[in-house]
Amino acid sequence: MAGEILRHWYHLPPFPGFPPDLSQYPDMQRIARTVQTSIGAKSLMAVTGIALLLFVLVHMLGNLQIFSEPEKINGYAHFLHSLGPGLWIARIGLLVIFVAHVWAAVRTSRASREARQVDYAYKKKDLATSYAARTMLMSGIIVALFLAYHLMHFTLGWVDFAGSHVGKLPLYTLQDGTEVPDVYTMVIQGFQHPLTAITYVIANLVLALHLSHGAASLFQTLGLRNRENAATFTKLGLAVGAIVAIGNCSMPLAILFGIVG
Amino acid sequence: MKLSLHVWRQAGPNDTGRMEQITATDITEDMSFLEMLDKVNEDLINEGKEPIAFDHDCREGICGMCSLMINGVAHGPESGTTTCQLHMRSFRDGDAIYIEPWRSRAFPVIRDLMVDRGSFDRVMQAGGYISVNTGNAQDANSLPIKKADADAAFDAAACIGCGACVASCPNGSAMLFVAAKVSHLGHLPQGQPERSKRVQDMVAAMDAEGFGACSNHYECEAVCPKEIPADTIARMNRDLLKASLCD
Repeated sequence: MAGEILRHWYHLPPFPGFPPDLSQYPDMQRIARTVQTSIGAKSLMAVTGIALLLFVLVHMLGNLQIFSEPEKINGYAHFLHSLGPGLWIARIGLLVIFVAHVWAAVRTSRASREARQVDYAYKKKDLATSYAARTMLMSGIIVALFLAYHLMHFTLGWVDFAGSHVGKLPLYTLQDGTEVPDVYTMVIQGFQHPLTAITYVIANLVLALHLSHGAASLFQTLGLRNRENAATFTKLGLAVGAIVAIGNCSMPLAILFGIVG
Repeated sequence: MKLSLHVWRQAGPNDTGRMEQITATDITEDMSFLEMLDKVNEDLINEGKEPIAFDHDCREGICGMCSLMINGVAHGPESGTTTCQLHMRSFRDGDAIYIEPWRSRAFPVIRDLMVDRGSFDRVMQAGGYISVNTGNAQDANSLPIKKADADAAFDAAACIGCGACVASCPNGSAMLFVAAKVSHLGHLPQGQPERSKRVQDMVAAMDAEGFGACSNHYECEAVCPKEIPADTIARMNRDLLKASLCD
């Protein structure tokens, strides 16, 4: 629809191959039909959520090398960059997964907002839900905004409250003699600025809140939860939230208070 | 007992509606909540005023006709209880009680506290049945069913379709209702031939009626007067994914 309007306005020729013709691919048609149902969209959110959660955990483990000597994290960053096309496949894959997650969230929350247009005069009592569950949309938006800032900060090097590494990343010589960008110094200098450290701490607490509901909720959405395992999944969600909160906040806090660096 | 009621009054589907304060007098604690409203209505009629319109039928907690959001909780403060089985001993003299209709786009208000739950009927018509040639009832125990399956089917079949799940869901989602109707047949051999089509058709009908999407708050489970567990929803999710991706 939006594509049609744009094409009409700008007199563009039809885009070849868009929207894709799925008539030759019955499996793709099935998936496309499924994700358009409310349960299908939720399942897409759950599946992409698993991928994003695994990324968050691996990303955290990689970053925790900041507590080791500079050689470790600089070598790790160099290794990731040396993957070349592999790195770009991972980046594009993550972007596609992220967009699918957001699309499912928009579809779900729009349907829900339209379904409940009139509020109760006497505020409806919350009997079972949690703070994390009620704030999923808002925590998701905050995480997305933080993600944009985080990419501009450390990946692209466009912004920094201290301005220390913007446009000029120092070099570090690995033990094998290779000169690589000094990620260690960039992170240390970045988090020595209180504003940066506090931004990261708050954003990661919000992320942990988001994951504490998401990591438990996905088992229900994908149909794996039952009476026996329900409590286990709730605890798992809380554990994931706690791990992400402690792991990701430990780095800016340790650097801000001079424990590392 | 004397109570200060705050009741939603709405003359018809197109009226904007408003909360109205009504004082209920001479209420005894052994009255049911609906008998209390009957008493209030008698007084209103004697005063020449319009009585409060509300849904009710069996008054035994089995028909699913009564509703009411009472002080922010569907069917009131007692868990596992319909409004008709709620008694005034759950309240104290002088209490203020807010009484509102179910709120959901799929449940438009007809008048005062009555809502149109026809959307549930249309979801049922989409597949909440089994197609069989009926005749004489077959002999008891001629079709052996595991005790665990029979229990699970019965738990789901206890749904009376009152709509408390929708009214309580922050998303206005009907997942617990639809899941109960899908599961009670899905657990039994008679429900197997149409199991895949049933879940797909009923979910499509649910979406078309404008119910919201479940985001696992479990508010539905907390207010369900028949205490239908939310893992019924997980089972429906699994059925739908299997049906639409694999079958």
